[in-house]
Amino acid sequence: MVTRVTSVTSLGRNGLYDWLIQRVSAVVIGVYFIGMLAYLIAQPNLDYGTWKAFIGSVPMQIATTLLVLSVAAHTWVGLWGVTTDYLTSLTFGKSATGVRLVVQMVIALLLLVYVLWGLVTIWGGA
Amino acid sequence: MKVSIYRYNPDTDREPTMKEYDVDTQGKDLMVLDVLNLVKEMDPSLGFRRSCREGVCGSDGMNINGKNGLACITSLSSVAPGVKEGKKALVLRPLPGLPVVRDLVVDMTMFYNQYEKVQPYLQNSTPAPAIERLQSPEERAKLDGLYECILCACCSTSCPSFWWNPDKFLGPAALLQGYRFLADSRDTATEERLARLDDPFSLFRCHGIMNCVSVCPKGLNPTRAIGHIRSMLLERGI
Repeated sequence: MVTRVTSVTSLGRNGLYDWLIQRVSAVVIGVYFIGMLAYLIAQPNLDYGTWKAFIGSVPMQIATTLLVLSVAAHTWVGLWGVTTDYLTSLTFGKSATGVRLVVQMVIALLLLVYVLWGLVTIWGGA
Repeated sequence: MKVSIYRYNPDTDREPTMKEYDVDTQGKDLMVLDVLNLVKEMDPSLGFRRSCREGVCGSDGMNINGKNGLACITSLSSVAPGVKEGKKALVLRPLPGLPVVRDLVVDMTMFYNQYEKVQPYLQNSTPAPAIERLQSPEERAKLDGLYECILCACCSTSCPSFWWNPDKFLGPAALLQGYRFLADSRDTATEERLARLDDPFSLFRCHGIMNCVSVCPKGLNPTRAIGHIRSMLLERGI
């Protein structure tokens, strides 16, 4: 009898989905990083006004939003993997599930705060 | 030469110890199994598995100076520089990550449980032909590099993902066998097989570090097989 392996705390409850999200988010982060690097190299005498106009433009606001969401998703998939590797009954015995759940919830809440804070910063218009 | 061997008898020992032996190999480039047999003559209490002594049965998988391999086809000169000459000790431990039954003998139940999960046998729902199910040479060639696995467990027990989740992650050996039947033109259970592999653990715990490839005594490539399954899952899921 084969029992299905399930996990309700993984991002998509599905290995393929998580795997795909991690790859796509890595591409978004990579493209953003390279684009930002190219911009900074192309602007050796960057001043605050130019920077603010650039980063506050709608295309950059959208790009940075994608970046924040990608970092959060990427971090969740990665750290979910770390917690399910190392915070198990092999290391924590019977309390493993509790320990893992607490750590995962702390990570999830921190990421949520990070995303909300990021969105406010990007779209707040300050 | 100096040989250091992991000794543990759960019935009498509180914890495992490494025991040193001095073995006279007469400078020959013996196989590790030959050295073990010499030690066994000196100390009959030493426990290890071996059968065919030519790399076919897969019984004597063990950790040799930090790397998993079959004792019978691993020569002293290939273990590490200086081992054959006696300048460096030969260090033998059981396969990592599996419970030790005694000394170098491990309990392979977890390994076989995962093997069983991939249903490693041909499944075909169409009526059986009068003689046999034929394959073209091209279809048969797809099984090369897959069917040769002897289930020695060297790969799965060198994989950290298998160490941490031996009950959930199938491990490279079982996944290689899984792909062996996914790739078989005579098997019709592809959908059912794939449907059992798309959870976050069974296959996707592989992070592609390729320890399995580096230790496989038969020169097989489980990482590539896992990649092929992932591609099949992608085509099925998107």
